[in-house]
Amino acid sequence: MTIKSILAAAIVAAGAATGAYADAHQTKVGFVYVGPIGDGGWTYEHDKGRLAVEAEFGDAVETVYVESVPEGPDAERVMTQMALQGADLIFTTSFGYMDPTINVAAKFPDVKFEHATGFKQAENVATYSARFYEGRAVQGHIAGNMTESNIIGYIGSFPIPEVIRGINSAYLHAREVNPDVEFKIVWAYTWFDPAKEAEAATVLIEQGADVILQHTDSTAPQAAAQAAGNVVTFGQASDMAEFGPFPRVSSIIDDWAPYYIARTKAVMDGTWTSGNTWDGIGAGMVGIGEISDAVPADVKASAEALRDSLSDGSYHAFTGPVNKQDGSVWLADGETADDGTLAGMNFYVEGITGDIPQ
Amino acid sequence: MDLSSINPILLLASLMVAATPILLAAIGELVVERAGVLNLGVEGMMITGAVCGFVVAVGTGSPWLGFGGAAIGGALLALLFGILTQYLLSNQVATGLALTLFGLGLSALIGQGYIGIKAPSFPDWHIPLLGDIPVIGPIVFQHDPMVYVGLILVAAIWWFLNKTQGGLVLRAVGENHDAAHALGYKVIRVRLLAIMFGGACAGLGGAYLSLVRVPQWTEGMTAGAGWIALAIVVFAGWKPWRLLLGAYLFGGVTVLQLNLQAAGLAIPVEYLSMSPYIATIVVLVIMSSGRAPGSLSRIFHASR
Repeated sequence: MTIKSILAAAIVAAGAATGAYADAHQTKVGFVYVGPIGDGGWTYEHDKGRLAVEAEFGDAVETVYVESVPEGPDAERVMTQMALQGADLIFTTSFGYMDPTINVAAKFPDVKFEHATGFKQAENVATYSARFYEGRAVQGHIAGNMTESNIIGYIGSFPIPEVIRGINSAYLHAREVNPDVEFKIVWAYTWFDPAKEAEAATVLIEQGADVILQHTDSTAPQAAAQAAGNVVTFGQASDMAEFGPFPRVSSIIDDWAPYYIARTKAVMDGTWTSGNTWDGIGAGMVGIGEISDAVPADVKASAEALRDSLSDGSYHAFTGPVNKQDGSVWLADGETADDGTLAGMNFYVEGITGDIPQ
Repeated sequence: MDLSSINPILLLASLMVAATPILLAAIGELVVERAGVLNLGVEGMMITGAVCGFVVAVGTGSPWLGFGGAAIGGALLALLFGILTQYLLSNQVATGLALTLFGLGLSALIGQGYIGIKAPSFPDWHIPLLGDIPVIGPIVFQHDPMVYVGLILVAAIWWFLNKTQGGLVLRAVGENHDAAHALGYKVIRVRLLAIMFGGACAGLGGAYLSLVRVPQWTEGMTAGAGWIALAIVVFAGWKPWRLLLGAYLFGGVTVLQLNLQAAGLAIPVEYLSMSPYIATIVVLVIMSSGRAPGSLSRIFHASR
């Protein structure tokens, strides 16, 4: 047998093998990630959701993913590629993929798209997000109690409604327990850049912050706080338990697995419809990580009570009276915020200094 | 706005730290380009150095050995580039870009078991006497040793390039490799050594991120620092001292803009965010009289 014929046989065999593997009934699910899976935060949790889908359906599904896709035109290329490769359902997991998702979805009417944290839907584009601001309320409560300098540093990513909601929610609940509290906010203009996040945390600590809240994806601010020694942090998107019990005293954990499983099932059953899902602590999409013993027992108890009241719906994180930054009334006494205002939130509440970048 | 909350001493001190990874990577690339080779793989070599340094430091418990491992890791990756471009005569631009992609992937693979692990600490030096000088002491003389390694490297490379015969040979190879070859200099050997030196420096810069600046291993953690190092080499006109200025300027404005934001300065954040890039480009362009080495990125083969 010549080398050529051996090669030819091998190619035929490989072709047959992959052909047998690609079952016609297999549902293909694609995931577009904004950071690397190893970020220990946001993307890490989305990938846990992907693995849960695989574990749930086994050979009936095939999942594909692309990491570190920049928000912008390049995302469109990645999504188009996935759709062309036969994906039936594509999850695009960052706010900046909103317009690319809508554009690509228009070209592939038979493919279902799910866009995380956005607000634009279409016949084949559903949106989903978690009520992270409920977790921020618990964080703010603990932060307001823990700070001694009364300065809380906040590392923002991009000035979008989701991030602003988090700042407002954390501030309201910190001020509730500590009227003197002040927020220093730094916009990093990135979801993931460990060096920049570390620098931002260091700057905030140098300017007197002894609690750091982050809305970026890496664990770099945790490490910066740890180096400083007396600074409190919270895990973001993922538990970040390796930095507990101090500086990380608690965390917000995103749990996408139940949603990803349910939506994949809907595509398999042919019952998928567009819509908007926005679940919080109650539905389990937002989890509050273990509150460590570095937090005084009474604060821990009241934080857990707050978590439970948010969970069973007896308390809304935005309950009046709340004024906007300019002093005008936003929520009257006892009034709660409606989802429409929350989804497009573009203002600070009264007491926060500085302007939102426009 | 509350500018009084900015402590100028801490600001200047963190400037030196913020600039160091870029400085280390850029000074290595400067030598490579002066030898007439354009290696666009700085980002890939940095991140490989970051992970190699982290793995070695965690394994041995010694940050110094970590930096050694980072230099070796970066140099090995650069050697791959050297073999491809110098012996197999591949296109330098394409090979460099491929090296970046390869380095990002390779580092993610090596670093899989190291996510969330803490690096051994690398304490700051408090230099006796000098460190006690008021104001200047905390700014200049109380850093970790790698900050000074970066400074010493810049000085050493300036001296090497301008005051030694070896530097003259390296520059000759970079300016006109055919002439250098005709004079009997080993063009390929000089270039390979320069490429490996550049890789080692980039590795040190990456390890500075993973062992000192951040300090932990995260995939993709260099986040474009290698590209900034490349740009600074060009804007500095291939001159070591200007490169130092460019790196410090970039690091300084980066830290300053975060400080101004935290202090609540009423300048739109977008302008503050772009300011490090603009300030660095403007200053270095105004000063610029640099000229690219004559044989930069050209392929050399003795028979042509």
